[in-house]
Amino acid sequence: MASKRKIATCSLAGCFGCHMSLLDIDERLLELLELADFDRSPINDIKEIKGIVDIGLVEGGLCNAETVRVLQHFREHCRVLVSVGECALTGGIPSMRNHLSLKSCLEESYIRGVGVENAHIPDDPELPLLLDKVYPLHEVVKVDYYVPGCPPSADALWHVLSALVTGRDPHLPPALLKYD
Amino acid sequence: MWREEAPPAMDAVRGILESHERDPGELLQILIKVQHSYHYVPDAAVELIADHLRVTRAHVRGLVGFYSFLSSTYRGEYAVYISDNITDRMQGSTGLATYLCNRLNVKLGETRQDGRVSVRFTSCTGMCDQGPAALINERALTRLTRQRMDRIAELINSRTPMEEWPAELFVVEDNFRRSDVMFRRAFEPGAALKAAMLRGGDETLKSLQFEEAVDPSSGHAWRRGADETLKELYRSDLRGRGGAGFKAAIKWETCRDISAPERYVICNADEGEPGTFKDRVLLTSYADMVFEGMTICGYVVGSTRGILYIRQEYWYLKSHLEAVLARRREADLLGRNVLGTGFAFDIDIHWGAGAYIAGMESALIESVEGRRAKPRKRWPLPVVAGLNRRPTVVNNVETFAAAATIALKGGAWFAGHGTGHSAGTKLFCVSGDCERAGIYEYPFGVSVREVLRDCGGLDAQAVQISGPSGVTITRAEFDRILAFEDLSTAGTCMVFGPQRDMFDVVRNFTQFFRHECCGLCTPCRVGTSLLEMLVEKVAAGKGSPVDVEQVQSICQLMKTTAHCGLGQTAPNHVIDSLVKFRGDWDKRMKTTDFVPAFDLDAALQEARQLTGRDDAMAHL
Ligand SMILES: Cc1cc2nc3c(=O)[nH]c(=O)nc-3n(C[C@H](O)[C@H](O)[C@H](O)COP(=O)(O)O)c2cc1C
Ligand code: SF4
Ligand code: SF4
Repeated sequence: MASKRKIATCSLAGCFGCHMSLLDIDERLLELLELADFDRSPINDIKEIKGIVDIGLVEGGLCNAETVRVLQHFREHCRVLVSVGECALTGGIPSMRNHLSLKSCLEESYIRGVGVENAHIPDDPELPLLLDKVYPLHEVVKVDYYVPGCPPSADALWHVLSALVTGRDPHLPPALLKYD
Repeated sequence: MWREEAPPAMDAVRGILESHERDPGELLQILIKVQHSYHYVPDAAVELIADHLRVTRAHVRGLVGFYSFLSSTYRGEYAVYISDNITDRMQGSTGLATYLCNRLNVKLGETRQDGRVSVRFTSCTGMCDQGPAALINERALTRLTRQRMDRIAELINSRTPMEEWPAELFVVEDNFRRSDVMFRRAFEPGAALKAAMLRGGDETLKSLQFEEAVDPSSGHAWRRGADETLKELYRSDLRGRGGAGFKAAIKWETCRDISAPERYVICNADEGEPGTFKDRVLLTSYADMVFEGMTICGYVVGSTRGILYIRQEYWYLKSHLEAVLARRREADLLGRNVLGTGFAFDIDIHWGAGAYIAGMESALIESVEGRRAKPRKRWPLPVVAGLNRRPTVVNNVETFAAAATIALKGGAWFAGHGTGHSAGTKLFCVSGDCERAGIYEYPFGVSVREVLRDCGGLDAQAVQISGPSGVTITRAEFDRILAFEDLSTAGTCMVFGPQRDMFDVVRNFTQFFRHECCGLCTPCRVGTSLLEMLVEKVAAGKGSPVDVEQVQSICQLMKTTAHCGLGQTAPNHVIDSLVKFRGDWDKRMKTTDFVPAFDLDAALQEARQLTGRDDAMAHL
């Protein structure tokens, strides 16, 4: 048997809903584990990619310096990079802040917000610095495949993953791309 | 920036409303008048209009937001619109716009603080043969130079009323450089209509005076003339001159044969395709011919009502066109009793308000009905259910002019010119890098090389045929012919000399389509924006082969899935450019790897400022 594929996943400016949907493939997870191992992923709590992995799934868009660094790291270490879910594809819900200035967002939360004490904008170097806007992944790195949906259904994710681990080009059938 | 201090008096709005029926179909025409008198559509006016027509305010605002020449914010006593076609740019329009803004001390796209003036760009105003061009308060400016801009700035700063501006600023020339069999002689008003009505009559009929001939006692049933004229139209094999080349006779016959209480004849003078200006020349110098073609169409299909839908860029032709219509009524060529035959037909004018998509026939009909110009579902076709859901013939200006000629001279005569599948002669609008830009009439089948030779543009590296939605051809293809068999065209040839960077053309066209897309369907609404963004990314030196691949896949998607012709053809020029002028793209590609279009580190600048941080992690 050919050596097993390696998969890494992460969630950037997302809600983990896409990961929940991945877990929703249920018993097919066992089938998947026959063909592939999980490297870095919130599913197994491995924090670093070791070496090069075959498939990287990224949930969520880019909202701060940290998300950009993780994405760049994924791009460098994944042969195939997949943008998963609305937030990754378009910025999604977090990008609703894009029509406001970052200043007004931060002031609303940390200066003028109800019940705020010791009002100041957090400046601890430990905190990732926010980007001026929320960006979709493909505006910052090259993305190989897109799986739309909020979240994409388990069937859609299975369709894409099972194709990629067996070396096929994934093409979502229309039934898996319909949302109403 | 100018701000409204107090709502203006609404007397003028009330006056405008009184002159219009309480028909929601009047909405666009009302808004145009309000915009002209107030230089915007004030909120208070929106309310009055909505109440008067019993439509929602949102509906009224929907139109104001849709059409370029309507606005919810004040555009100043003098609203200047600089034509932004590639031909204008090649004649220096970008620099002139900046120059004028500086002279007026106004920011592009904003209204000066004192409310006097605003300057912005607009899509091609149809003066490509005499650019750089612009509009100011509904009048057309041509051949702009710095000296002219100085003049204009002075006149604005001294608040000189438009009526007192020197006429030489507004000279619009026909530049009719070559005429062939259709436009060689002046058109005699009424002759074609009379010929149509008597068509099929025998020799004795021909010897009679027209009045006697059409008198029932002569034995010539006047419906017969209509049927015979339709046969002539079939014989002529006339194909629509607006671009798609649909056979006019089939359209007319279909319209005639559907039973309906009323049917309509619409002349499409939206002429929005950049680089096209033949309809302007026809309506300037051959308006009788066009109106007569419409009247003959009404006679053939059994319609009593014709509409000329014309772009607002040509507002300066308003009094001329109204005078021609009045004269034709006077001469009984229009009205309740045309030429004493009992046939009733009249024509009114509907104005557009700045929207290329309004030239697409079902969008045009929406606009005539007083809504946003959004294309309808493909079926039923307008000829089956068009204006007011009644059978409607929509033809291009030049198609009606040709129909009038055919009525006069016969179908066989017409079919004797041109090629097997493209009968007759065609007007070509030549502009760009050539010595003699203007209108050229040729029989279909003329080669691009011949056109270039006649206009003095043989050293061209490329010609854009049929506007941004058409095809880009290179030197190697100059022997191709202009005809439906090969280069099918509405008649536009923009010539690009050897000194031009063809990537600039792509930039101009992608901006045009992004601006003009109506927003109805996703492939085009999103696609035109993405194409513009990616092209601008390449222009900024941040493009890579990854982006080009993206461009190609968006182009394919738009071609195959957009709802109407705009979105389906918007990628043509990009596809052509990538095949034929790849060098002009490649020289801008500094990287083989994907890089973001924006500066990542700069995207952190605002947060650095807000937090006062400058540590290593605060940079990318
Ligand atoms: C985006 C778009 C813009 C158009 N603009 C015009 C126009 O300005 N003038 C015109 O005659 N036809 C235009 N057309 C074509 C019309 O839809 C229609 O086919 C034409 O008016 C029919 O007349 P014809 O058969 O005489 O050419 C346009 C089509 C599309 C899709
Ligand atoms: S796409 Fe939906 S489910 Fe996925 S991270 Fe975004 S919000 Fe959550
Ligand atoms: S293709 Fe473009 S212009 Fe045509 S309907 Fe769609 S969005 Fe509107």
